[in-house]
Amino acid sequence: MSGFAALVGRDLRLVWRRPGDVAVVLAFFVVATTLFPLGIGPEANVLARIAAGVLWCAALFAALLSLDRLFAADFEDGTLDLLLLAPWPLELAALAKCCAHWIVTGLPLAALAPLLGVAFGLDPSVLLALSVTLLVGTPTLSLIGGLAAALTLGARKSGALLALLALPLCVPTLIFGAGAVEALATGGDFRAHIAVLAALALVALATTPWAIAAALRQAGE
Amino acid sequence: MANPLLDVADLACRRGGRRVFERLSFSLGPGEVLALVGRNGSGKTTLLRALALLVRPEAGTIGWQGADVRTEPDAWRGRLGWLGHLEGLKADLTVAENLLAAERLRGAPPAEDRLDSALVAFDLSSLSLRAVRTLSAGQRRRTALARVVLTQAPLWLLDEPLNALDAPAQTAFREALATHLASGGLAIAATHADLGLPGARTLELGTST
Repeated sequence: MSGFAALVGRDLRLVWRRPGDVAVVLAFFVVATTLFPLGIGPEANVLARIAAGVLWCAALFAALLSLDRLFAADFEDGTLDLLLLAPWPLELAALAKCCAHWIVTGLPLAALAPLLGVAFGLDPSVLLALSVTLLVGTPTLSLIGGLAAALTLGARKSGALLALLALPLCVPTLIFGAGAVEALATGGDFRAHIAVLAALALVALATTPWAIAAALRQAGE
Repeated sequence: MANPLLDVADLACRRGGRRVFERLSFSLGPGEVLALVGRNGSGKTTLLRALALLVRPEAGTIGWQGADVRTEPDAWRGRLGWLGHLEGLKADLTVAENLLAAERLRGAPPAEDRLDSALVAFDLSSLSLRAVRTLSAGQRRRTALARVVLTQAPLWLLDEPLNALDAPAQTAFREALATHLASGGLAIAATHADLGLPGARTLELGTST
């Protein structure tokens, strides 16, 4: 596990050295989300109704924005070879990369979302629930996005390809993430939605590291 | 050679639908260095990557102490010090951070106590706190070579190690390689330049069609 911690630590240190990369993602999330109230107008009922969907979609797009560099930077500077040659499972390295990505995107997005929810007139209890859904759901986005990033490594127009690959796979997470907030607001079963979100995250956790590792080995050939 | 450690037999590799080399066999014992020479596209890099299991060979075996390395790939990777044609350095980290991070990624014990000697070997002490993005091509190559030294791996696989190195850096590399070989290490280097080591064996790869 020391290699796993070292890789997460290295990637976090790299983000610390270039905070602009994360700042762009968060700024995109804020700008994209605030455009909706401005475009739709101050209809409190309408805004509260669409808030969860808008915030979840914006979070998904924001997460994807940073994913095309997840493995591409390592591929371009040769450090991917060092990961492929590390004497511990590449699957763990893939998981470590996704874990670092989640820490610098999923976590801040989940922290920011309640603040943005205020602009949509969401109830305080719903704001907290929104944050919880993003906390449980964004690991899936990092893992599925990581797989798409590994599959498109070295491809031309990899950013667009990545989005085309990852977005459809993220639809269940989007549905249950936004649905959980909706359920809380309308008296539905919030916990059932969260359970499904967590199940989706676990399925992604149990499958994507192997697929990412296979894609990285292929890219290294 | 009495007891070869590395035994490559009938190795064949195909790249992009073209067979780069076939029926390639050689052995290497402790303290021996093999220089891979040949024209561009003759398969020097492919052979190094195949030896590191980064490229799947079409046929043949790679043996280490009599056992096929593919039976225990993680153990095999742990025995390799790798220098590719890319340096494998993070531009936003300092020289010292790059070296230490690479060692930690190998799952090696803390390398802080060994760091100084690797830096000194390639005259990098004064650059250790500089971000790699501010270094020249030669300084980056020296950093990458210091990373190989730091691994203390028994087999070095080096792709054009002398690239971008000035005369003092080339001398430093030869001294580091000689020390590695003297301690029983092995090295295989793809190179267009003379490694400058007496007794270095040469394997010429031809361009096949």
